[in-house]
Amino acid sequence: MTVPPPHRTPPRFSATFSPQTIAEIQRAAATGIYDIRGGGAKRALPHFDDLLFLGASISRYPLEGYREKCGTDVALGTRFAKKPIKLKIPVTIAGMSFGALSAPAKEALGRGASAVGTSTTTGDGGMTAEERSHSSILVYQYLPSRYGMNPDDLRRADAIEIVIGQGAKPGGGGMLLGQKISPRVAKMRTLPEGIDQRSACRHPDWTGPDDLEIKIEELRELTDWEKPIYVKVGASRPYYDTALAAKSGADVIVLDGMQGGTAATQEVFIENVGLPLLAAIRPAVQALQDLGLHRKLQLIVSGGVRTGADVAKALALGADAVAIGTAALIALGDNDPQLQAEYEKLGTVAGAYDDWQDGLDPAGITTQDPVLAARLDPVKAGRRLANYLSVLTLEAQTIARACGKSHLHNLEPEDLVALSIEAAAMAGVPLAGTNWIPGITQ
Amino acid sequence: MSIFDLAKVPLRELNAALHSLPPSTNETHWVVTNPGGKHAIACGVDAPITIDIEGHVGYYCGGMNKEATIVVSGNAGVGVAENMMSGEVRVKGDASQAAGATGRGGLLVIDGNASARCGISMKGIDIVVKGSIGPMSAFMAQAGNLVVLGDAGDALGDSIYEARLFVRGSVAGLGADCIEKEMSAEDKSILKSLLKRADLNESISPDDFKMFGSARRLYHFHIDNVDAY
Repeated sequence: MTVPPPHRTPPRFSATFSPQTIAEIQRAAATGIYDIRGGGAKRALPHFDDLLFLGASISRYPLEGYREKCGTDVALGTRFAKKPIKLKIPVTIAGMSFGALSAPAKEALGRGASAVGTSTTTGDGGMTAEERSHSSILVYQYLPSRYGMNPDDLRRADAIEIVIGQGAKPGGGGMLLGQKISPRVAKMRTLPEGIDQRSACRHPDWTGPDDLEIKIEELRELTDWEKPIYVKVGASRPYYDTALAAKSGADVIVLDGMQGGTAATQEVFIENVGLPLLAAIRPAVQALQDLGLHRKLQLIVSGGVRTGADVAKALALGADAVAIGTAALIALGDNDPQLQAEYEKLGTVAGAYDDWQDGLDPAGITTQDPVLAARLDPVKAGRRLANYLSVLTLEAQTIARACGKSHLHNLEPEDLVALSIEAAAMAGVPLAGTNWIPGITQ
Repeated sequence: MSIFDLAKVPLRELNAALHSLPPSTNETHWVVTNPGGKHAIACGVDAPITIDIEGHVGYYCGGMNKEATIVVSGNAGVGVAENMMSGEVRVKGDASQAAGATGRGGLLVIDGNASARCGISMKGIDIVVKGSIGPMSAFMAQAGNLVVLGDAGDALGDSIYEARLFVRGSVAGLGADCIEKEMSAEDKSILKSLLKRADLNESISPDDFKMFGSARRLYHFHIDNVDAY
């Protein structure tokens, strides 16, 4: 018997086979290849939103919000480098390549960061003259692929970042699809034009922490011990990775959570490998504390930092600085609602665009198409980024002053509580309204 | 001639002295004694000088070399001449893993054998090994030429791009997307020239070698190549 319409149950979607999951199965069946996209993990994860600052009251003195000093500067590379980097704000721009990004986008990142006294970072494929000239402080990534690597650029850099991995794909190598291997990108990377580039996931000439120590020694010798040497790892085993990087002689450790973006990686990798940043900071800080090196070498964390509150929370958990990538691209103009009609032509909407691998970015950021790239005005985009970086800093200062701190680095875990048991356990701070830190207190 | 005895003088002093040389330096001959297997000896040199190292060296000797001729009268550790840009590095003994890794130019000659990953990710360097090479050599080799008079280990040229691999002896196995190719007249000319630059007897003919290179099947993602990814 057919049930008349008013009495039918409404369509019920499976939680296991959700519309998204069904669509992915259908896509895989139709194409025979895994889905590749840009960006970081999109699934809901325990994050800084699950933490709150307590602020000051009778037992803690606040600082006057707009009058009393609240320092924001940070020195990176004070452990061994003759010339440490001095940033005015503890927010840096994460490594992103020319190739993944257009030349105007790289220029805009340099302009914006330099305007507020912070650094930018190269990416896979080497250093371009434009990014060097527009970045007052430039960190040069030393990656497994060694595309574009040369000693002159090492010496031109202000710091060197040895990339072991990144949060979007710990254990995975870089990827740049053929649409973005333009003649200039191909030449810089010594690759045939238009191929699907698959970068190595391991460094070619060292394996393990003992070798890493010798590699760091070589890079120091090459650059006469001037440059800070960073070691970047994706968040996977943060206690041990941090301890081993410190033991290997790093000046700075960069720890990237799974919300950190990538130019192009398999969706299955982005969403299923690595740790959210919130779960990674405290083990890393603990490793440094156990070695007596906390605040002696510096810890930069990244992966989903969006607001000044995120900056303040990362620093309160023990980081010395944060790095932003996705948020910086949004500040430049990525996922702009004004481009909605163009996003729809690409089968997506503003706010969800992540097909950075295709090189069709209507905002002119994640593309090598000269027509699209020309849409991005590097001066205006750089100004937007500078504005955003200033807001992040002001927001973090606002919170720090409310907690009675005269420097962002004076924020501490004691200033924080968590809204969920998971976040309390990961961040090592009490569940709000209790003295309970899961795994630490009864 | 400048002589540095690394048993008495710190490595830092040697490398600092080498890095301070202007391109037009008259100090063109350097001798390093008692290298004692130290790492990063003469790395980052950027001057047309000759450096004779009398003994064994550790990791990354001659790393990122530009212009200089570096002769190691002994064995070399991991990554000798890694990322060399130009100039020459000659090893009279054997070389460990990753010899000439990511090299972009210049010539690396190894009189003895080279271990695993010789020429890994090479990007334009020329390498001549008079003995044999270990497994995974020329992995992801992008450009340049690797000449081996002896045998090659397993997985030679895995995921190779546009480099040429010449092997006179046996090859234990080829890596993904690496195939034997017919040598053109240009290939033979390149090989002959490299043999000569490596001071090899002219009786060795390019015809004694087989050449390997990329089948170019993995240049674009395709499900039919899934076994190779």
